Amino acid sequence: MNYSTIMNRRIQAVPPSAIRKYFDLLEDMPNAISLGIGEPDFPTPWHIRDAGIYSLEKGLTKYSPNRGFSELLRQISAYMKRRFDLNYEPMSQILVTVGGSEGIDLALRCLIEPGDEVIVPTPSFVCYSPLVSMSCGVPVFVETKAENEFRLTAEELKAAITPRTKALVLPYPCNPTGGIMEREDLAAIAQVLEGTDIMIVSDEIYAELTYGSHHVSPANLPELYDRTIVVNGFSKAYSMTGWRLGYLCAPKEICSQMVKLHQYGIMSAPTVSQYAAIEALEFGDNDIEAMRTEYNGRRRFLLDGFRTLGMECFEPKGAFYMFPNVTKISGLTSDEFCTQFLQAEQVAIIPGSAFGPGGEGFARCCYATSMKELAAALERLEHFLKHR
Amino acid sequence: MDQLLQLLEGDCTLSHKQLAAMVGTSEEKIGESIRRYEEENIILGYKAVIDWDAVKREDVTALIEVKVEPQRGDGFDRVAERIYQYEEVEACYLMSGDFDMTVIISGKTLQEVAMFVSQKLSAIDAVKATATHFILKKYKENHLIFKVLEKQEEGFYFV
Repeated sequence: MNYSTIMNRRIQAVPPSAIRKYFDLLEDMPNAISLGIGEPDFPTPWHIRDAGIYSLEKGLTKYSPNRGFSELLRQISAYMKRRFDLNYEPMSQILVTVGGSEGIDLALRCLIEPGDEVIVPTPSFVCYSPLVSMSCGVPVFVETKAENEFRLTAEELKAAITPRTKALVLPYPCNPTGGIMEREDLAAIAQVLEGTDIMIVSDEIYAELTYGSHHVSPANLPELYDRTIVVNGFSKAYSMTGWRLGYLCAPKEICSQMVKLHQYGIMSAPTVSQYAAIEALEFGDNDIEAMRTEYNGRRRFLLDGFRTLGMECFEPKGAFYMFPNVTKISGLTSDEFCTQFLQAEQVAIIPGSAFGPGGEGFARCCYATSMKELAAALERLEHFLKHR
Repeated sequence: MDQLLQLLEGDCTLSHKQLAAMVGTSEEKIGESIRRYEEENIILGYKAVIDWDAVKREDVTALIEVKVEPQRGDGFDRVAERIYQYEEVEACYLMSGDFDMTVIISGKTLQEVAMFVSQKLSAIDAVKATATHFILKKYKENHLIFKVLEKQEEGFYFV
């Protein structure tokens, strides 16, 4: 059978991952150091794991309500108020999803009509554009700049808006750049959006990981609250990636539509993960603090290391990534640099070009790994720069 | 400089350069602080935590509960001093509760530990009674777990 004529063309048109080759190379390198995967290196704090185990012991293994357990919804509501000063009504404005990823998908699918444009600032997480395309939308990339600390500026946004613009993705704190948006940056965005019906899908999965200033959500601005869908989750804040649990907070009219997508496509998020998440929200604030402190030390160390080696690198204020310029120091493209660095020194970092327009010239280095590995990676980098 | 002490407590093999970057100060300042902490005995020492069972070294560790008659004027400190000066004593604590002191000692054999308790510890005048508990297996010490943690299969995923 000729499957290519049978299968959905939009899905076939989505290119396979550009960086798979790095991971394939890595498999044959036992001494490799990977700064490639964007995942916390801590196991989930024990009291959270224990709460999950306890729920299994008690036999709590059935489906949950579609939106999530009411206790979890209440805890999320209290958490959003406590940590970010955001008001969301538990039973009508919050939906528990299978990771932040499902949340992004639901938010986009809920909004996009065929041909609608969605503005995606780049470099950014790789899922936005394929999800927009697969929903029959058109991704419109806006390159953010290192000199603006990879913030989205009002001018850049204004230039990208057309009559077909349906939504704007705000991926801050940003993977891969570590950039954040502060209140005045968001206020400038708000001015551009005033009088339009453009919605914001705000991916705030790294909201707990900011260094120096506290995270501000677009929903914190009264003029943006009604047009914002907040995507968040447990993976990064509580080191719970494998539990696959996230949530959406949105105006209730939108939330009730997203619930439909979720209930027919997914049914409900994993029950065991939800019980663990209740524990995380109720008793996990200290865990967040401890992990953030640890990441912050590594962040300073790696930044200092790059700069000592003469690499240009803006100071990331969020997430757990460093995004140094690798082209200026080597004359290589980011893909060439990363390939040669991996082959010569067995350190995996990801070329910025994998994260969309504007990423070329940079490389993403995840510092959610031990100090020993970071120190060794820096030594190998020094060796590479001297001897290549 | 609490942050420096916390970092060193977590991993004392961090270099001055690393510590300086993590704390946000100069290497010289780090060196100076550490020297001062050492001089003031705030940092008592640096040791590796070793799983001796894994290298098949046979030794015995025991936790001994000790009842002590406090000494006029010196309370328990004088007795404690007489106990903790023995090389065999790994740790010595004053306790609340049914007994007064906990002494952790290690020796090459059961007999060695037993001899120490009967001939040295119990021989101290102020020591009224002892109860020896041998440690059968160490699971965790200094926040470190005595086993190789299982590694999860990693596939290709891009986040």
